[in-house]
Amino acid sequence: MSRLLRGAIVPLLLLGAWEIASRAGLAFDTLSRPSEILAALLSGLSDGSILIATAQTFNAALLGLAIAAVIGILVGTVLGLSPRLEGITGPSIEALRPIPAVAFMPLALMMFGFGIGLEASIVSYACVWPILIVTVSAVREIEPRLLDVADVMEMTFAEKLRKIILPAAFARINVGLRVGAGIALVVAVTTEVVLNPRGLGYSLILAQQSLDVALMYAQLLWLCVVGYLLNAALRALGGGSALAWRPAG
Amino acid sequence: MSPRAITRLAALIFALALVLAWQILAELRLISPIFFPAPSRALSVLIARIADGSIWLSLAATVLRMIFGWLLACLVGIALGAAIASSRLARDLLEPTLEFLRPLPASAIIPVAILFLGLSNAMALAVIAFGAIWPVLLASVHGFSSVPDELRNVADVLGFSRARYLRIVALPAAAPDILSGVRVSLAIALILTVVTEMQASLAGLGWEIFYAQRVYRSADLYAGLIVLGAVGFAANQLLQQLERRALPWRHLTP
Repeated sequence: MSRLLRGAIVPLLLLGAWEIASRAGLAFDTLSRPSEILAALLSGLSDGSILIATAQTFNAALLGLAIAAVIGILVGTVLGLSPRLEGITGPSIEALRPIPAVAFMPLALMMFGFGIGLEASIVSYACVWPILIVTVSAVREIEPRLLDVADVMEMTFAEKLRKIILPAAFARINVGLRVGAGIALVVAVTTEVVLNPRGLGYSLILAQQSLDVALMYAQLLWLCVVGYLLNAALRALGGGSALAWRPAG
Repeated sequence: MSPRAITRLAALIFALALVLAWQILAELRLISPIFFPAPSRALSVLIARIADGSIWLSLAATVLRMIFGWLLACLVGIALGAAIASSRLARDLLEPTLEFLRPLPASAIIPVAILFLGLSNAMALAVIAFGAIWPVLLASVHGFSSVPDELRNVADVLGFSRARYLRIVALPAAAPDILSGVRVSLAIALILTVVTEMQASLAGLGWEIFYAQRVYRSADLYAGLIVLGAVGFAANQLLQQLERRALPWRHLTP
């Protein structure tokens, strides 16, 4: 309990100083009072605008993650089963991977126009790499005798995938998916802040541009809460601290 | 030829085949050349820009922005990490606040940074540092708190001051963790450099690909993407080499 109290000291002091300074007449264009921010948050939540924006952001993030999962798991399985193929494609993959996903935004804009397609394509490019890499190493570490059994039974690739590979490698692929989920939210918001007129990122930049500072901070606070809850949920599922290590984007 | 050389050759052929497939697809004009120019056009733009020297200025702007933002993140991250790892009080005071801020997408603080700092380089550096600090911070907290007890006891016996302990014992012990965090941070710094350039129209490669799209010069756009990929690749390789040089003992055991 005392740890919790100590942890609250810094934010409470900052907020208190902020509130008092603004009430004492130290007015900044760039800061609004914590009480106003809270009011803006409550009104944004009660009229549904923040919730709608959140849903839009999550739609795009989930769609992008789903596309990345399908591509990453399929390609990762093929490469994991054949080290030779991985050796051949490896350098090409390593050449594509360091291009920041956000750099593809202008290209995706030309291809898809504004909307969910633009956002989901950027998210899927960013998320596919961790999923692909984890899948390759997960499939590589499958007990080889299981694969021999599959060969003896003359399973087709689809059967092998469904009956042997996915069950054996799923625990580790799952870690890649959870890392991807954390990246997906970050990249979706980034796309909206920079370019795409929908979702939380866009309403954040809109509030800033119309100098509705209280609303801007309210949405930022909301984004902190959403991100924190998502991280906590992923950690509870076991994705854990791995999230913190991956570059997002 | 050894099997390894054959794989390497095959990898090269695969990469060339990809480029060739791109060229053929573009020549067939199944997709409008407005978004999908042939690689030969992208390469000729790239070569022309290298020849007339115009690429270097924007490359330098982007790389410097990335490095300064990243250095800022490293300095603050390592200092904060050392403080949190070596003092119970600092940990209790700061950790909950940092845990709450960490999941916030760095790009979400762009609007706030613009309000405070305007559409400036300072804004870009603040955003880059905010986003890139987390891997360094977490890695250095982990590194500084896992200094072996024996080393700590030796420092106590020798009567080291806290500053001396940090410099001579803790920093080298934490270096492997810190270096790997630092590498992830650099990748994030590049991403945020591109984002802030696009958002604030700061001269550099990120802004250039944004501009190329607005005026529908897709060959320029692809050329910019190629250069950005090269920057990311080179940065990562450089730090990996540095890690190998600085911490040779890490690579002795397979």
